[in-house]
Amino acid sequence: MARVNGKVLPGFSLSLGYTVFYLSVLVLLPILACFSKAASLSLGEFWAAVWTERTRAAYALTFGTSLVAATLNVLLGLLVAWVLVRYRFPGRRLMDSLIDLPLALPTAVGGLVYASLYVSKGWLGRYLVPLGIQAAYTRLAIVLVLVFIGLPFVVRTVQPVLEDLDAETEEAAASLGATRWQSFRRVILPPLYPALVTGFALAFARSLGEYGSVVFVSGNMPYKTEIAPVLIVARLEEFAYGEATAIAVVLLVVSFSMLVLINLLERWSEREAAHA
Amino acid sequence: MPETAPTARRITRIRYARQDPAWVRWGLTLAAVAVVGLLIVVPVVHVFAGALSDGLGAYWKNLFADPDTRHSILLTLTVVPLALVANIVFGLAAAWAIARFRFPGRTVLTALIDLPFSVSPVVAGLMFVLIFGLQGYLGPLLQRHGVKILFATPGLILATAFVTFPFVARELIPVMEAIGEEEEIAAVSLGASGWQMFRRVTVPNIKWGLAYGIILCNARAMGEFGAVYVVSGHIAGQTDTMPLRVEKLFQEYNLPGSFAVASLLTLLAILTLVVKAGLERRVPSERPHVD
Repeated sequence: MARVNGKVLPGFSLSLGYTVFYLSVLVLLPILACFSKAASLSLGEFWAAVWTERTRAAYALTFGTSLVAATLNVLLGLLVAWVLVRYRFPGRRLMDSLIDLPLALPTAVGGLVYASLYVSKGWLGRYLVPLGIQAAYTRLAIVLVLVFIGLPFVVRTVQPVLEDLDAETEEAAASLGATRWQSFRRVILPPLYPALVTGFALAFARSLGEYGSVVFVSGNMPYKTEIAPVLIVARLEEFAYGEATAIAVVLLVVSFSMLVLINLLERWSEREAAHA
Repeated sequence: MPETAPTARRITRIRYARQDPAWVRWGLTLAAVAVVGLLIVVPVVHVFAGALSDGLGAYWKNLFADPDTRHSILLTLTVVPLALVANIVFGLAAAWAIARFRFPGRTVLTALIDLPFSVSPVVAGLMFVLIFGLQGYLGPLLQRHGVKILFATPGLILATAFVTFPFVARELIPVMEAIGEEEEIAAVSLGASGWQMFRRVTVPNIKWGLAYGIILCNARAMGEFGAVYVVSGHIAGQTDTMPLRVEKLFQEYNLPGSFAVASLLTLLAILTLVVKAGLERRVPSERPHVD
């Protein structure tokens, strides 16, 4: 068996050929079509499509709500991951399985329920609306549903790191007289940073493109609660394909940057984990 | 821990060092339960409460008496298996190429597989409109030959396949890498043909990972909304899949109807989690992961 595996095992050209073919048809050609359509616009037309008061409001809303939601996800995700890893209580395994539900549940269903829970007669809205908390058809509604969608991303990136955390440093910190809070801040939290940042980026990226759930809960009011993907659909429904594509290209460029960033972050996490 | 005969007191002290005071434990546990309860459990219960709000008879009628709803269920059951088969074949091919061989561009290919996770589904749908729409690159040609892709079932399959193709491949690559290639090399050097090796050695080895990828892919495909929304054209009784039907009924203020369809999708999600938990016990080496 002195030969390189590439020569011993069969099927290299067939599998690689099919992979490249499938990816070209399904991914590369469509992306190419998107950029070529955008390139058919003049610079002035492109700019006029992507930079209006309405698109600016949509970008700001998309970024703002995604940012707030991903930040909340980091806090809540760390809490949930901590409790799942460190404590034993009845129902822990059930809770662990439930964390994945937002990944398995169709986004339309999530949107439908969140749109009904927080209206003034809804299960939660009846308590919140009298307090002046309007979580239906507002920005808060968008944040809430994005927190729902993004929670598993943070929990599932933090959980394995927390499980593998070295017990000895923590014990050493305690035996050297650190309080529990000091150990948490100085000893436990730092190795979690890469996972927390990766989880944040994953939840943020997912939120930026989210459509299915947000259309239900936001009310889709131009300038107020209209996110960028909804704006693309609105342009498409007016048959303004050029303008829709221009906005789509902006989102695509952001997505690609996020993809590169997430890959770098994951490599960083793995390196940190290898150090520990 | 060093082996220098630790006294009982020392052990308790060390164990105590990693333990939080009871009030912290209880407080944090309650907070986490509240977070999961409010964000996840209450919504799921609410789906079923909403679906059954007018009783079982009305629930049944909402699901099966409305011809458009019935059609949406059938359409989903047509589109999803086809997209799934395409993605299983792709997943096997991609995992074989990436896990078993080293070639230039391998990293780029791996990164490309993750792409749908970060592209907004609406943008994905738009790309297919730009290709197959009447004003698109292939639209006029297709129309001359009487082929309908956009606003028809083939478009739905394409959009679903795009959004869900990473799942099987991403699941299989680490599984194949972990299993290693020794058994396959042995099979081939003992004279097995490529196809025999694949059927007798590769598939049995990866079957649980493959099953895992398929159920995740299936759940996502059944629930896909954004991409399908853009390419479907929302023709009731023709191109509305189940998630699109949920939205249409919601827009028509038919909440019990909308929740009834949503309850089927929720059952599917719960079933997916149960099967997933079962499979995770069979693929213990696997990293817990995020999709």
